[in-house]
Amino acid sequence: MEDIFQKIYSPKVLKHMKNPKNMGKIADANAQSLVGNPHCGDVMKLYLKIIKNGGQEYIKDIKFQTLGCGAAIATSSMITTLVKGKRLDEAEKVTEKAIAEALGGLPPIKFHCSVLSAEALKKAIADYRSGK
Amino acid sequence: MKLVYLDNAATTRVDPQVFRTMRPYFTQKYGNPSEVHSLGRQAKEAVEKSREQVAGMLGCKNAEVIFTGSATESINLSHKGLIEALLPQFQNGRRPHIITSTVEHKAVLETCAHLETLGRAKVTYLQVDKYGMVSIYDVRKEVRPETVLVSVMYVNNEVGTIQPVSQIGRLLKAINHERTHNKPHIYFHTDATQAVQYLDCGADKLGVDLLSFTGHKIYAPKGVGALFVKTGTPLIRQLDGGDQERKLRSGTENVPYIVALGKAVELSQKSKIKRQKEMERLRDKLIKGVLEIPGVSLTGHPKIRAPHLASFIVEGVEGEALQLLLSDKKVIVSTGSACTSQSLTPSHVLSAVGIPAELAHGSLRVSLGKDTTEEEIGYTLKVLREATEKLREMAPDLSELRGAFATI
Repeated sequence: MEDIFQKIYSPKVLKHMKNPKNMGKIADANAQSLVGNPHCGDVMKLYLKIIKNGGQEYIKDIKFQTLGCGAAIATSSMITTLVKGKRLDEAEKVTEKAIAEALGGLPPIKFHCSVLSAEALKKAIADYRSGK
Repeated sequence: MKLVYLDNAATTRVDPQVFRTMRPYFTQKYGNPSEVHSLGRQAKEAVEKSREQVAGMLGCKNAEVIFTGSATESINLSHKGLIEALLPQFQNGRRPHIITSTVEHKAVLETCAHLETLGRAKVTYLQVDKYGMVSIYDVRKEVRPETVLVSVMYVNNEVGTIQPVSQIGRLLKAINHERTHNKPHIYFHTDATQAVQYLDCGADKLGVDLLSFTGHKIYAPKGVGALFVKTGTPLIRQLDGGDQERKLRSGTENVPYIVALGKAVELSQKSKIKRQKEMERLRDKLIKGVLEIPGVSLTGHPKIRAPHLASFIVEGVEGEALQLLLSDKKVIVSTGSACTSQSLTPSHVLSAVGIPAELAHGSLRVSLGKDTTEEEIGYTLKVLREATEKLREMAPDLSELRGAFATI
């Protein structure tokens, strides 16, 4: 039988939902963010380990914890895979559109989930800069 | 494991026996019941047989059963039709008054809201207790001289609570008995959509003047419903045209579907009590097992609930994600989570029973069917526990969140 979720979500969203990448906490994270609100249903927490190498800053590691729908989990997983290992200034340029595209698209009603994960990354980077 | 379908409160599969009964009415017995030739008469007889089957269940006269296209249509006809019929009695700015509850199906709530918008009625929405139950004392308290209709569902479709319908029926009968000639009669409607299979739907016993239900929750196809209209209940039809259905619902009768509805009703009445007991046993096994998972609570009344419905709040989990993981394990359930609704607002029923939005996101409804097995319940419990654990592992620690957000 055809799963109804296959009509709503792309295969990539379902893949990331069922087997998310970079799930969990980083014990020695030097940047964190918490976005969303349990009232609205989605809460996303990001942990980043940012290191300096040759005068450049890199995201050495990134992990997420998310309470939310399939799309919220998939966008969390996707943003971590998109920016892990990237230079900080490159990572900052990742937009909600890029996240949605990397997932093979999101249903319009779920687009706010990609906005939330982009916001989480920006907030975590700001957290890092303020604490430097 | 083959597909485990536990969303029977949303819809049921068509029973093969029902399907076989309706099939000849597409390509062989395709006459129009309004025609007097042999094919027409054959179709007419089939429609009347179905009417008799429904009347048998309701314990009413055949002529008191009107076939429609859905429970929603039945409700629209009932409420709009009654108010329209009574409107001429209301003058000098007085308006007919309707009493209903906050946990009704959208078909009732939106119909009432529409009548309010048109300025044809005033509506009181009764609050419910934490189990979703209406109090008959509240009904009595809200009755005004202008009250003409009370509409309370038999079984709530989200939390499964059985409403005190026959008590309300008795109360209204007593009030009507006392009413003087210048006060209108109060008519009583119940939406019996989730009740007809398992509960006593005798119209007299319930004390109803109007009762609506649909075919697709009882193993008939989608697209056919019925409305019981007690003799003497004033009603103006909402679809104008031919004289079908006692001139109350114009349009050529949907003969195969009406035949299917009649057959489904007949089958649902066979060994009703035995099936009800067996389903309650499976439901209780399910509830017991689900409540063994930490952070899970039952919604709806713990005892006074429909045999096929179990509903829960799973804390620290979002309903759509849970639905998705279960679906991946071939278990089909439903959720009242906002994330599955087009409006992104949580279910009005869960709000009405006082469940805060952040918990309503973790709502889960499991509705059993006549083919549900013990093995399926066992399997569902296993995958539900695994999916819940998996999602909680993904989520931030709730105790940390309590500090971050003052709302929980």
